[in-house]
Amino acid sequence: MAAVLESLLREEVSVAAAVRWIARGAQSSEGDAGEAAALSSLRPLRKEFVPFLLNFLREQSSRVVPQGPPTPAKTPGSSAALPGRPGGPPRGGRGARSQLFPPTEPLSAAAEAPAARRGGRRRGPGQARERGGRGPGSLEEGVGGESPLWAGSRRPRAAGSPSRARSDPPNLSNLEEFPPVGSVPPGSAGRTKPSRRINPTPVSEERSLSKPKTCFTSPPINCVPGPQPSVLDSSPWGQGLTAGCRSLQEEREMLRKERSKQLQQSPAPACPTPESGSSLPTRTGNLTAEPADPAKVSSRQRLELVALVYSSCIAENLVPNLFLELFFVLQLLTARRMVAAKSSDLEPSPGVLGSPESPLFQSVHDCVFFAVQVLEHQFQVLSCLDKGTLKLLAENERLLCFSPALQGRLRAAYEGSVAKVSLAMPPAVQAVSFQPETDNRANFSSDRAFHTFKKQRDVFYEVLREWEDRHEEPGWDFEKGLGSRIRAMMGQLSAACSHSHFVRLFQKQLLQMCQSPGGAGGTILGEAPDVLSVLGADKLGRLRRLQERLAAPQSSGGPCPPPSFPGCQAFFRDFILSAGSFQFNQHLMDSLSLKIRELNGFVLPQPEASEEDGEADVDWQGERRQFAVVLLSLRLLAKFLGFVAFLPYRGPEPPPTRELQDSILALRSQVPPVLDVRALLQQGLRAHRAVLTVPWLVEFLSLADHIVPMLDYYRSIFSLLLHLHRSLVLSKDSDGEMCFLNKLLLLAVLGWLFQIPTVPEDLFFVEEGQVDVFEMDTETSEHGLDGVPVVDQHLLYTCCPYIGELRKLLAVWVSGSSGRSGGFVRKITPTTTTSLGAPPLRTTQGLQAQLAQAFFHNQPPSLRRTVEFVAERIGSNCVKHIKATLVADLVHQAESLLQEQLVTQRQEGGDPGQLLEILCSQLCPHGAQALTQGREFCQKKSPGAVRALLPEETPAAVLSSAENIAVGLAIEKACTWLSANITALIRREVKAAVSRVLRAQGPEPAARGCRRGCSRA
Amino acid sequence: MILTKAQYDEIAQCLVSVPPTRQSLRKLKQRFPSQSQATLLSIFSQEYQKHIKRTHAKHHTSEAIESYYQRYLHGVGKNGAAPVLLELANEVDYAPSLMARIILERFLQEHEETPPSKSVINSLLRDPSQIPDGVLANQVYQCTVNDCCYGPLVDCIKHAIGHEHEILLRDLLLEKNLSFLDEDQLRAKGYDKTPDFILQVPVVMLCPLAVEGHIIHWIESKASFGDECSHHAYLHDQFWSYWNRFGPGLVIYWYGFIQELDCNRERGILLKACFPTDIVTLGHGAAAP
Repeated sequence: MAAVLESLLREEVSVAAAVRWIARGAQSSEGDAGEAAALSSLRPLRKEFVPFLLNFLREQSSRVVPQGPPTPAKTPGSSAALPGRPGGPPRGGRGARSQLFPPTEPLSAAAEAPAARRGGRRRGPGQARERGGRGPGSLEEGVGGESPLWAGSRRPRAAGSPSRARSDPPNLSNLEEFPPVGSVPPGSAGRTKPSRRINPTPVSEERSLSKPKTCFTSPPINCVPGPQPSVLDSSPWGQGLTAGCRSLQEEREMLRKERSKQLQQSPAPACPTPESGSSLPTRTGNLTAEPADPAKVSSRQRLELVALVYSSCIAENLVPNLFLELFFVLQLLTARRMVAAKSSDLEPSPGVLGSPESPLFQSVHDCVFFAVQVLEHQFQVLSCLDKGTLKLLAENERLLCFSPALQGRLRAAYEGSVAKVSLAMPPAVQAVSFQPETDNRANFSSDRAFHTFKKQRDVFYEVLREWEDRHEEPGWDFEKGLGSRIRAMMGQLSAACSHSHFVRLFQKQLLQMCQSPGGAGGTILGEAPDVLSVLGADKLGRLRRLQERLAAPQSSGGPCPPPSFPGCQAFFRDFILSAGSFQFNQHLMDSLSLKIRELNGFVLPQPEASEEDGEADVDWQGERRQFAVVLLSLRLLAKFLGFVAFLPYRGPEPPPTRELQDSILALRSQVPPVLDVRALLQQGLRAHRAVLTVPWLVEFLSLADHIVPMLDYYRSIFSLLLHLHRSLVLSKDSDGEMCFLNKLLLLAVLGWLFQIPTVPEDLFFVEEGQVDVFEMDTETSEHGLDGVPVVDQHLLYTCCPYIGELRKLLAVWVSGSSGRSGGFVRKITPTTTTSLGAPPLRTTQGLQAQLAQAFFHNQPPSLRRTVEFVAERIGSNCVKHIKATLVADLVHQAESLLQEQLVTQRQEGGDPGQLLEILCSQLCPHGAQALTQGREFCQKKSPGAVRALLPEETPAAVLSSAENIAVGLAIEKACTWLSANITALIRREVKAAVSRVLRAQGPEPAARGCRRGCSRA
Repeated sequence: MILTKAQYDEIAQCLVSVPPTRQSLRKLKQRFPSQSQATLLSIFSQEYQKHIKRTHAKHHTSEAIESYYQRYLHGVGKNGAAPVLLELANEVDYAPSLMARIILERFLQEHEETPPSKSVINSLLRDPSQIPDGVLANQVYQCTVNDCCYGPLVDCIKHAIGHEHEILLRDLLLEKNLSFLDEDQLRAKGYDKTPDFILQVPVVMLCPLAVEGHIIHWIESKASFGDECSHHAYLHDQFWSYWNRFGPGLVIYWYGFIQELDCNRERGILLKACFPTDIVTLGHGAAAP
């Protein structure tokens, strides 16, 4: 790393070449020979560059006092905390960092890294089973128990070789050297609390006291409430901590040289923070932020360079998790201050955190400068963040101070950002309706089976209601409260052999409850399963949303939360666990698989691809919403499929020995996958449908056990995913490529997956070369989705609520001293600035919307599909009709008016551009008629269509209600589009007419007119 | 007719101390003039039933049965036309119809080889003329006629009242032009649980003082007062089952209910004491009251 950086600094190598080198290795022949030569000598280190860079940055920023969600302490290595620890001779395994220096032996470390990791996973016996009852199957508990380890394991294994087997005393030098990317080292768990979820004070007291050099590992991953941290004995970590010293010394040497060079260039004083004495700030909560001053940045050039390399790595998707890096950068931006590095504080290995003389970040000024540099490079991504985050960024005074230009762009992005309004109604829990076609006696083998299922349905809902009422009570336990009742019910079920009926009920209820905002645990997800919600946002919805926001947990658990079952999902998970029924699980997996296959085949209705841009918009919202519903359903189903499928194999930790692992692998590799996800992924990639397939696949894989990623079948999936991840370069924007937000969604979910504890951390950095390149269908697939902008910001945040952590981080900064207010201040910033007037209490519209929703509940699903289909087609036809009649008439008028004008103009010599303006100002007001005409059209056309499509036997009341709803929806659809676009449409048509006429008149004025027209329209 | 828990408790308390006679009911009416006769009668009946349930076992020990039977034999031996059985029931504070059943059962056991089946007993109670012993038939008849809470006549009356209210409700629905499926139609379609009416197109019922309306998919008519005991039983056996299948609905307790029981509105079970007037239907505004 240093060598590469050095080359860069000496301008032997350009940044572009370096990044190319990192990304693609030797194949990059584009660079000039000199560069290639400079880099080729470093070739063995190429792979380790990125992890090294990431860890280097984390480490360099270790003295930053961050704010925001607790960034757990990096604890090992503090001599103050472990006074008696023997320094120990440097062990064989040195961090990969040292290898990056040319004169070291690269293989030694490589041989040991995995063991270090394995050591890291070692922990007190029984930890994960603390919650008893559910044992290893209980996912959240398992993860909770594991979180410190997850943390520990989450660093990229820089050394990268999976071959290093057991070396008994875990070598922690690596950990010491590599503050984990993506998590906290589990180190001194006995003293600090590694498993705090939300720590009110951003920097904990014990941390600052015990640790002079609180290392600041960006992703505060360690935020799952887990079992007692004390179970985690710190002893495995207490050995060999100083192993990295030697390499650090070497690096320090390098840095010293580097710095002296720098100092010659710019004699800016390395102004350490005015920290007096060896004691650290005892009350970090009181820390006020140190002001940052661009003038005090110590080594601009170096910072710029590192920022550029770092940004390029991010841009090339060489880092595992884009948003994690952004989070880290924002933490740098909002750093409160730096802790002074005093040599007197340093432990036996005084170099661990880098030489005090020459750290990359010498002050808050440096941090902020670096952060702003990186943010500048990442503007494209930033501009896709939600309005709230953009606002906070644009208002950040440091950002303004360091880069007014970036601030300006952010402000513009903020202003241009569309306020998102969630129109969907949060549904109350609703039961799956009884449908005689599938549920009456004829569908059962015997009276007994029929009556058993009748009782089961009632027990199921009774259990559900009780859960609803009580699951938040302290001390209430699902298993204790409901377990026996559930098992009794399941027992009856097996007697009656009607599992499939119950599974269908279960799955429908799951979809009904968990797709919704409350169920998903997010605050912004629209339920969206239907167009009806557009009819009116009801007041109840608003109140509920507000309540949700007030009651919602403050944090989703850091930028990389472990997989979890938020909200109602927990009920279904616990139900499965408590039922403990093999038959049920099997039927459930069958049913989930089938539904996943079915939904995965989702085809966007693409009515007329050739239509002009304006008109295609008519169907736009509906399509997006449909896509969102399908995607969210798929994710939910796949998550549960993964949960059930891997349930028998899930354990808190990977197999302890290689032999055991091999035998497990041999066993597992012959088990066919529950669903051929690889084939589905390959199909998805080939057909340009990754944006639909990958997000649910990620959910599925996130619940895999430790062995899964080692199985050939799944390894090939991961390798495909890695390849995909690398290929999703955001800045590339060629035709037929994936849309930006689609890419961003995939990057976010994949990045998250790579941080899952069961996914080996080396996977990301090691996997390379052996990629079986998946060929894409070159001709744009008919049902391709990747190129269609199906993902919007709303969906992105719904799928990846952790992106919201960025906003929280910035909000804390705004809120000032977070210590005083007890940590994270939850600011309620309305996501919408419009339409939040007085809540429409009891409005007819709201009630009607509710009624329409309810109407479909007890009707066969085909009725709803029919009504929605009619509404959608009639709405779309309505716009066409308006275009063909009203707009066409106006164009005729325009043409005749123009003729008149031209006659007069020839005498007066007017401007054709002006002409257009005059015409438009005369004609556009007529556009208002479009709404009335559209309304009439829908009223006239919809009922007949509904009547023709519904069964003859439909009761009259049902039929007329269906007609009314179809009319309402069609009007809504058409008028929404018309009111937004009619003026532009008229203008465009008139403009076309004008240029047509002018062209007919003569070339010269036509060109002028057109040009002007174009610039205006 | 909707009583608070406190009001209800006062009435129930009052009932503990009086015997289950028409006179008592009249007194009750004087004591609570603001309550309708029907409501009081319904509460009266329910409280009496609770009382009987509590003491049921006491009257069914073999010693008790034997002693009642001997007293009956002794009584009719003296004067077969006197209301022996009725007086015995009143004396031991047990429902006359049930006392008649005890004695009838005992009598049949003595006179026939096989113990009588329940249906035989029931039919004999319904039509005492079928009882082989003329004296006993007369005694049983006196009991069933004079029992205002149990017995075939009371059952018949209750059934008729229930049916009447269903008809009433049906008429109201027709009048409001609300289309529905009734119990028989539902059963024919194979529904496993059948409320009195399922609305084919749901409506919203607005409640005074409430912020929002309530969607109603089904309506169940109950020609009784909704006290805790009966309501909880209904919830478990019927209302929740309806909710589990058809979504939120309405229960009409025509003779009122305890206000506090209407606590599942948000969950989807709304209680009313009459057919609500403030209704919003799909495609229309609020109906005029």
